[in-house]
Amino acid sequence: MSTANPAITADAVAARGPRFDVKWLIVGVCVALTLYLAVMPLGFLLWQSFFTPQSAAKAAEFTLDNYRQAYASEETWTLFWNSLQFAVGAALIAFVIGTGLAWMNERTNTPFKGLFFALSVIPLIIPGILFTVAWILLGSPKIGLVNLVLQQVFDTDAVFVNVYSLWGMIWVDGLHYSPVAFLLMTAAFRAMDPALEESAVMSGASVPQVAARITLPLVWPAVFATVLILFVRAIESFEVPALLGLPVGIQVFTSAIYQAVHRYPSQIGLASAYATTLLLITTAGVYFQSRLSSQGSKYATMTGKGFRPRTIDLGRWRYLTTAIFLVYFLAIVVLPFAVLLWSSLQKFYAVPSMEALSRLTLDPYRTILSYPNLTRSVWNSLLLALGSATIIMLVTSVICWIVVKTRLPGRWLLDNIASLPMVFPGLVLGLAIMILYLYLPIGVYGTIWIMLIAYVTRFMPYGLRYNTTSMLQIHKELEESAAMSGASWTTTFRRIILPLLKPGLLAGWIYIVIVSVRELSSSILLYSPGTEVVSILIWELWENGQYVELSALGVMLILALFVLVLAAQWLGRKFGIREA
Amino acid sequence: MLFVTGLCTDYVSDRGQVVRAAQDVSFEVPAGKLFTLLGPSGCGKTTTLRSIAGLERPRAGEIRVGNDVVFSKDVFVPPNRRGLGMVFQSYAIWPHMSVFENAAFPLRVASKRISRQELRERVTRVLKTVDLADLAEREATKLSGGQQQRLALARALVMEPRILLLDEPLSNLDAKLRERMRFELKRLQRELGITTVYVTHDQSEALALSHSIAVMNGGRIEQIGSPREIYERPHNQFVADFVGSTNFLEARVLDREGDYYRVSSQIGGMKVRATEPLAQEEIVTISVRPEDIELTETRKDGENAWEGTVHQKVFLGESVDFVVTIGEHQLQCKAHPSLRTRVEEAIYLRMDPEKCVALKRS
Repeated sequence: MSTANPAITADAVAARGPRFDVKWLIVGVCVALTLYLAVMPLGFLLWQSFFTPQSAAKAAEFTLDNYRQAYASEETWTLFWNSLQFAVGAALIAFVIGTGLAWMNERTNTPFKGLFFALSVIPLIIPGILFTVAWILLGSPKIGLVNLVLQQVFDTDAVFVNVYSLWGMIWVDGLHYSPVAFLLMTAAFRAMDPALEESAVMSGASVPQVAARITLPLVWPAVFATVLILFVRAIESFEVPALLGLPVGIQVFTSAIYQAVHRYPSQIGLASAYATTLLLITTAGVYFQSRLSSQGSKYATMTGKGFRPRTIDLGRWRYLTTAIFLVYFLAIVVLPFAVLLWSSLQKFYAVPSMEALSRLTLDPYRTILSYPNLTRSVWNSLLLALGSATIIMLVTSVICWIVVKTRLPGRWLLDNIASLPMVFPGLVLGLAIMILYLYLPIGVYGTIWIMLIAYVTRFMPYGLRYNTTSMLQIHKELEESAAMSGASWTTTFRRIILPLLKPGLLAGWIYIVIVSVRELSSSILLYSPGTEVVSILIWELWENGQYVELSALGVMLILALFVLVLAAQWLGRKFGIREA
Repeated sequence: MLFVTGLCTDYVSDRGQVVRAAQDVSFEVPAGKLFTLLGPSGCGKTTTLRSIAGLERPRAGEIRVGNDVVFSKDVFVPPNRRGLGMVFQSYAIWPHMSVFENAAFPLRVASKRISRQELRERVTRVLKTVDLADLAEREATKLSGGQQQRLALARALVMEPRILLLDEPLSNLDAKLRERMRFELKRLQRELGITTVYVTHDQSEALALSHSIAVMNGGRIEQIGSPREIYERPHNQFVADFVGSTNFLEARVLDREGDYYRVSSQIGGMKVRATEPLAQEEIVTISVRPEDIELTETRKDGENAWEGTVHQKVFLGESVDFVVTIGEHQLQCKAHPSLRTRVEEAIYLRMDPEKCVALKRS
């Protein structure tokens, strides 16, 4: 072999110098953006909780007063106790309902099983605030339909149900999150090898014995993880405590934070101290839940064989399960929507009667359509939803490429940081971002940009998750073969990776659009006149007591979200098939 | 055409350990030849190929394609600028593109723009070469395994690369198809005269296709030679054992006899060949392939002849495998099915000294 200096090509020379590569620019920008969005608000929130408010006269000083004030007072312990009762109660209600339904759906021959899956999208279609309002119309002591019907049936004046109570809050929130439990537990039941149950049946066990001694112990890790997720969701939820708890003085952390900010003068330090506590609770919840999920392999019973389990014949009992299902469907879909629809067709809210029936009108729709803020809020909502969905999906596709496809050191850290906003309750994130941009004079405070930042931060983990699932399915060689064909990294990313990610990108994009449209708890601390979104408009209508207009807007919003969800499912099916 | 010198490549495994995948690997491939890296899994053959491709960054060494250094101490040409074609083990056919688009991709992303007409002509020509021209508009996912393999080949060839790299291209095909594609690949390579580096763990594939073979083990090259040299003159026990099956006999060198050596082995005195000079009294290992042991039912005289007993026998259709006991030692032998000696009966063996290879102890 000749060792004489071979001619070096232009390429080789170019590679020798510090050649500018667009790849590192894109990667750098995406990583920097992620780190900034996920870490900065948290830092400022913690900082704020240890300092006195900054004013023109006095600079901020270090203090422990916020915590002292927060924890010395009797009130805080009531707050803590209320939050705990509320979150545990709602989580258990949601879990019991969801698990029962999942078991009925997966393991028994209950009729109408086809309808079950339609349930899983309910919390997406009916935003929390509308669900809560609908249940006020159903369960309030004075005008609640449930009470009125029962009072007529039993001919008394007794109040049967009262949603303005801790139990009412637990019931409404638990009901709203029960489809989440249903979905998670369905997945757990499906992951279990039916042969394990069948062999118990063959050993002579009865249906309840199988459920108690085989099925439940096997899905135990999933049970615990599900309860934790529900607990975190419940302790984060804002609509139910604000609408049902505040009028009767039942405070939990989220509503207390909201009140501390909205008091005059606003007590941001105190709110930050509450928020920090809430953040600690949710962090612990999410941490244990992810620990459980990662060590779940010990219990993993999946065999990879897609056998549909033999369902248990319930015999006559199946009429009971059908009835349970129908009652549930009524409580979660039919009644809330019906009561909103009814109220949207009245001039002033009135309980259903023959007389009221004769006064049906479309006036609320006319009023709301000519409502001064409507066009602007719809426009803002759309802009924020489309903008945040697009930004999130593109940025997280790069983040996820780094995490899944490269061997860069510290990539696991990047993954964790990008998932960090998951532990932020919406209200806490709103507070943290508010504080950050109050102090950071870059002119986004009070504009729509601050809300875009909040939405992108809040929903980034969802985008990451959708992209990761798709990215893991892309074989490394598909990318390498593009490089061997002479494509640069940017070309490969644009022409190979993004098209292959398409199913996940699209599904994630639509999901984020939907959750953005419903977003309330972050927006409520960040909006200002001119940057209202639809959910804020609903909130304002509620505060103004304009129930019929609120109902009209709610009905239209639910229908619009319904169409979006249908589109998402249709797209999922269409691209899902091609993927396989 | 391809010169690899002192190549060392490490990589960090999923568990965070540094794996020394290729160590001091050197070889060269003349223009138009098919060169095979052969070895068991984990021997570093794929890492070596990926280093040539530019998909791994070696720790040391030099890689030259023609006159261009693509890797050395301070040169690293990224894979997309090396102008090499590669067929991956999984074929890596892009599922979101048609057959035509898959094959056209390298031309579309090339820095040199070509006219639409020329692109169509070149893609059609290359698809014709691999016999896929009729399926050009089909979705790439609707191709069979063999067709996908040929499409991957077409995609690697369309930009007329200086070197073609093949990473176990036949391992995902079923046995029948694999045999057919082996001939197809050989014909194509010989017709196009394209310099090719081929990675496989299948010794019969390597023997059938290659101009020369490098047998690798533990990150190092054990031997480079033509298929016949590798098979008939293995340099050490690993090569003899990995390429084909063989019998090993321990022996002590007695003295030299022209081109041959006389040794005293486990089954008695023998006359053998050696690839390297041997010293007297040196302990060596003799390798004899089963098919090189001549079996008969009548006594033979002369060198390297023994009497043994049939211990076991397996009828395979095209041949019969015997296990023959000589004294306390057993030998594997392959014979024509017409030999019908029964188990426990006496049988006579003879080995051509030319085919008995003495291997130095390492």
